[in-house]
Amino acid sequence: MSAQLATARERLLAGGRARTLGGFGIAAVLLFGVAPAALSDFRLNLLAKFLCLAMVAVGIGLAWGRGGMLTLGQGVYFGLGGYLMAMHLKLADAGPGGVPDFMLLYGDGTVPGWWEPFRSPVVTILAIVVVPVLVATGLGWAVFSRRVRGAYFAILSQALAAAFAILLIGQQKVTGGTNGLNGFRSFFGFDLADPVNKRMLFFIAAGTLLVMVAVVRRLMVSRFGELLVAVRDQENRVRFLGYDPAKVKVVAYAVAAAFAGIGGALFVPIVGIISPADVGVVPSIAFLVGVAIGGRATLLGPVLGAIAVSWAQTSLSESFPSMWIYFQGALFILVVAFLPGGLASLGAVWRRRRAGAEESGPATPPEPTPPDPTPPDDAVPAAPGDATTAPATSDSSAATAGRLP
Amino acid sequence: MDALFSQLFAGLSLGSVLLLAALGLALTFGQMGVINMAHGELMMAGAYTAYVVQGVVGDAGVSLLVSLVIGFLVGGLIGLLLEVTLLSRMHRRPLDTLLVTWGVALVLQQLARDVFGAPNVDVRAPQWLSGAVQVFGIGMPKTRLFILLVAIVCVTALALVLRLTPLGRQIRATVQNRDLAETTGISTRATDRLTFFIGSGVAGVAGVTLTLLGSIGPTLGTAYIVDAFLVVVAGGIGQLKGTVIAAFALGLLQASIEYSTTTSIAKVLVFVAIVAFLQARPQGLVAMRTRSLA
Repeated sequence: MSAQLATARERLLAGGRARTLGGFGIAAVLLFGVAPAALSDFRLNLLAKFLCLAMVAVGIGLAWGRGGMLTLGQGVYFGLGGYLMAMHLKLADAGPGGVPDFMLLYGDGTVPGWWEPFRSPVVTILAIVVVPVLVATGLGWAVFSRRVRGAYFAILSQALAAAFAILLIGQQKVTGGTNGLNGFRSFFGFDLADPVNKRMLFFIAAGTLLVMVAVVRRLMVSRFGELLVAVRDQENRVRFLGYDPAKVKVVAYAVAAAFAGIGGALFVPIVGIISPADVGVVPSIAFLVGVAIGGRATLLGPVLGAIAVSWAQTSLSESFPSMWIYFQGALFILVVAFLPGGLASLGAVWRRRRAGAEESGPATPPEPTPPDPTPPDDAVPAAPGDATTAPATSDSSAATAGRLP
Repeated sequence: MDALFSQLFAGLSLGSVLLLAALGLALTFGQMGVINMAHGELMMAGAYTAYVVQGVVGDAGVSLLVSLVIGFLVGGLIGLLLEVTLLSRMHRRPLDTLLVTWGVALVLQQLARDVFGAPNVDVRAPQWLSGAVQVFGIGMPKTRLFILLVAIVCVTALALVLRLTPLGRQIRATVQNRDLAETTGISTRATDRLTFFIGSGVAGVAGVTLTLLGSIGPTLGTAYIVDAFLVVVAGGIGQLKGTVIAAFALGLLQASIEYSTTTSIAKVLVFVAIVAFLQARPQGLVAMRTRSLA
């Protein structure tokens, strides 16, 4: 296992560097050159929205794919970032000392005290990162340090999303209720009705996403990244080695939360609305769809998966709303049940099939967190792709880097 | 005093609904580690069963009793189908079952929308359940008392099955140690199937009783699934006792916080309370004692 990790790491560090740089170059050309030239303003704005959703997916890829934490509540952090940004935009639209329009409608016409700090752009931008990180650290620490994990964590994160959406709906006076916050006119002084400024927002989103992917890549190839995968696969062994798995998990979870917060914040000026429908249980799971389909443990799988699923949803659900839901459900069932590595693992699965045609092991190795009762801790699940089952070519070691345990 | 009693009743009533929703989940989650996100949709299927049966039978009283039985079968059969086709292939990947069943839930919801239409439909409550019983000066709606009764009957029946029948012994053995159960000659595959059938059937029954509380729609299940899972997490797995206590405790907590604040604040506070509770007992109220590493 460690030998595999080492080769994977070396490959990512040495052989992969040129390829990664090339990949970044291609992505940058596509996002900054081809897309603005080829797409209409409307389509470009749509793509910008997808990029915001992809930011959440990058974080989920880190927390779930690499860290094994199935977080069903990323909508909370997306929503925190989005609402913080929306509050600032509403206050900025209202002018110094002004009151946002919806508060005149539903509330008593005064701005509550805790809204006031967000008149400042600096405070808002800081809060967009800090608040999700604080919430994630608080919940993560409380949960992980008591070794609550697996399904329990998934259910708790989902309940958090449900509670958050209900809270937003219930407090209509200060959150806009079901309608959410919308009708923004300007973004840090730039007129949002101007197509040039819309393009600027697209470039901001594209740049932010590239930075996030770079950050996650750095984390993946670092010692932290190896530790994270180790915690996912054999948490108790990591603990026996003297590390604290809770700390590792909290860091990954907090990074994912920060990414989701930033994605939510950029989503607001691009789409023009944030409402409880964007943050509850259903959208929170919907974030996972793209990640699972793209390939949860890979670097680019979540990004491409999220963009592809959002694109398919937009283009299909307009013409066939009912068909789209069946399609989405079926795709999700098929990929998760039969191709847990996502589409990114198709090549590896095919190679494994060809390499070990006579070997009748399961195509997908068992999950790192088995159900209670746990098997003996020293029983390392026999992973297809071990040196015993497949010749360790450079190709298969590349597959190992992004493969599930 | 009246306020106290009405709070108590509201809490017990909410608790009985939560219990019905969580009972089947606790059974399947406890035995197989399967997190069935489609459980809410099985309840929805039960509710629509009541709607269809009433359309056929006509009389509200007879149809309610008939649909309790048919709802159990419908829920159970859908669950069985789910287990045989998908979940049995994913035994060692409990987290992935959550995602797969969520996909199933999506499909079932849309199916209900296409078959029965998106608007909510109503199921008439029978005459003998209209009105309220006056106790200690507060009115207890008979429908809510009926749901409480159904919950008690379900729990008792399940407890008896688990304690007295061969199937119950097999289920308990499988929950405690799957491999050892298999070596003693129990077919854990068959046990799994039966457990899933019963657990899903209880969801169908829960759905039928929900028709007494209001109109039903394709998204009926999503309103209950999160709370039902919280009950399972707080109660711990492996024993019914924990689920029963947790359901009523959460019901009472929710009702009493709601009384002094609002529903939305109550939801958030209940969530915080559960996270705090898990600090003290990470495995829930009633934990199974094993030697495996926590």
